[in-house]
Amino acid sequence: MGKTLFEKIWDKHVVKQIDGGPSVLYIDKHFIHEVTSPQAFQGLEKRGLKVFRPQQIVATADHNVPTLQQHLPIRDELGRLQVQQLIANCKKHDVELYGLGHPFQGIVHVIGPELGITQPGMTIVCGDSHTSTHGAFGAIAFGIGTSEVEMVMATQCMLQSKPKLMRINIEGELNKGVVSKDIILFIISKISASGATGYFVEYAGSAIRSLSMEARMTICNMSIEMGARGGMIAPDETTFDYMKGRLFAPGAAQWDRKLAAWKELYSDADAVFDKEIQIDAAAIEPMITYGTNPGMGMGVTGHIPAESEIDEKEKPSFLKSLNYMGLKPGAEIKGKKVDYVFIGSCTNSRIEDLRMVASFVKGKKKADDVEVWVVPGSKQVEKQAIAEGIDKIFEEAGFQLRQPGCSACLGMNEDKIPAGKYCISTSNRNFEGRQGPNARTFLASPLTAAAAAITGEVADVREFL
Amino acid sequence: MSKSINIVTSTAVPLDIENVDTDQIIPARFLKATSREGFGKNLFRDWRYLNDDEQQPRREFVLNDPTYKGKILVAAKNFGCGSSREHAAWAIKDAGFDVVVSSFFADIFKNNALNNFLLPVQVSEDFLQKIFAAIEKDPAVELKVSIEDQTITISSTGEQSGFDINNYKKTCLLNGYDDIDYLLSIRNEIETFEATFTR
Ligand code: SF4
Repeated sequence: MGKTLFEKIWDKHVVKQIDGGPSVLYIDKHFIHEVTSPQAFQGLEKRGLKVFRPQQIVATADHNVPTLQQHLPIRDELGRLQVQQLIANCKKHDVELYGLGHPFQGIVHVIGPELGITQPGMTIVCGDSHTSTHGAFGAIAFGIGTSEVEMVMATQCMLQSKPKLMRINIEGELNKGVVSKDIILFIISKISASGATGYFVEYAGSAIRSLSMEARMTICNMSIEMGARGGMIAPDETTFDYMKGRLFAPGAAQWDRKLAAWKELYSDADAVFDKEIQIDAAAIEPMITYGTNPGMGMGVTGHIPAESEIDEKEKPSFLKSLNYMGLKPGAEIKGKKVDYVFIGSCTNSRIEDLRMVASFVKGKKKADDVEVWVVPGSKQVEKQAIAEGIDKIFEEAGFQLRQPGCSACLGMNEDKIPAGKYCISTSNRNFEGRQGPNARTFLASPLTAAAAAITGEVADVREFL
Repeated sequence: MSKSINIVTSTAVPLDIENVDTDQIIPARFLKATSREGFGKNLFRDWRYLNDDEQQPRREFVLNDPTYKGKILVAAKNFGCGSSREHAAWAIKDAGFDVVVSSFFADIFKNNALNNFLLPVQVSEDFLQKIFAAIEKDPAVELKVSIEDQTITISSTGEQSGFDINNYKKTCLLNGYDDIDYLLSIRNEIETFEATFTR
């Protein structure tokens, strides 16, 4: 029997199998940031240990950094303390840090790929659930908790039980105005926010093959939002082209050997998955969420389910969620007024996302009563955007181009959406309070968000293309 | 913080809400500490207080209701989804819980809980409803959780259900040692692995 892509990478990294228990899995790359690492360093020191393999760790400051005036000291005292702690810990343990002010600083899941640190065939972890992003390169990448961060710091290994495997095949061509964010929102709306719990997902099919690396990352990024441990896509020419010449990608001397190994990374024709799902790409519309988990999504022209369509058991949470959102069962969202537009987060803040938004808004102006924040994923994305004149397009449209960080994705810094306000956001979570206490979030693609910025309401981007 | 657990007998706090995500368990703005202690006071912060004001507790929220207390939190399906923040497990443990019961847990939460000697007990939807019903009938009803036997029992009715836990984790919990202790003990095997590993 053949092996799946996941199994090929997993098997190679098993140091040891515990009887009736988990596997000891070797980790190639470990990313850390200021919020989930301090307690791990502290734990390590309590045990009197040094970091075991410091060269395999890369650190950045992203979760609570300000996105305006980054050259000034952080105003929030606790946030400042966390960032200082990260600097001190990295120094003490010889860990490479791309902190504030560094030309490589940015959201951890944006910088790993763009620097070529993320590579096919690797095992990658980070104390952040959206580590699944890196799976777009054909890597096993998943989020871990702080105790596990400490484990990997201490031993470069962690204990993991092999997950079940699911393959989602998306075949066919995408409709006009439909982008990769819509694919993943569509999938989650079909299988629910817990539909892939216990599974690792491989995305396959012609629609996936046609996507750029940036677009693939958006899909893998949100795997966690359906409960999956991670998501992955087999590497192909698109992947190899993207890798070539990146700063930390294999150089000329290594390239041919590496490439040959990467080309073996695919699920064999006779490999068996625990579950397979087929999706018709043509059935996907521009998507929007209406509730407080990413599974509560629909086509932008659709209606929120009526109360009668909801399972009796699910009704209380459904109504609670709509109540929080200030929406009614059965209603449309199209035409609903929005107050904020947030284009950013590790889901959609790469240069391609900014280009997509810029090409849509070029020569247009934002609606008067909407505030629009564009937060690039990294310093490099910011620099590229300026080099391409995208900053000017945004300025003319009345958008604010800020500095890199997680920003309003989780509202840990000052970028919070005020209570009761509606924000259309390209991020990945619409949980209660995620973007600020009582903030209301509609998740959508960068294109749909751009259309909302211009019209001031939830709009069907297809009407403008 | 390592400490073994085996049998927990206690009244329980019923949180009959599905898809409780980690942003509710501990909102992001409370993740700025650099130590593991003290998260309990911000557990379910935004459900507990109106406008983030400790002077305005929301009476209807179960953690503010003096009728319910105990070391066991009983929650509806898909508990702990969302972010990987271990702070969620720390907050629950810090607030005095040793066990969380649900019919479905998010993966990362489950691992984080186990790493902090907070036991996630997954039961069938049916049995979960029995627990909720028993607590509703009598808030003083006790649940008994035994790791050794892998059982959870409703004392008033005697109804019992088993739960899964892998042998390795079970040994860890019963003996109060953790994954890091184990991994450190095999560090030379890890070095041998590295020596033969082709990158
Ligand atoms: S952008 Fe949002 S989801 Fe991504 S790493 Fe930052 S906080 Fe997490």
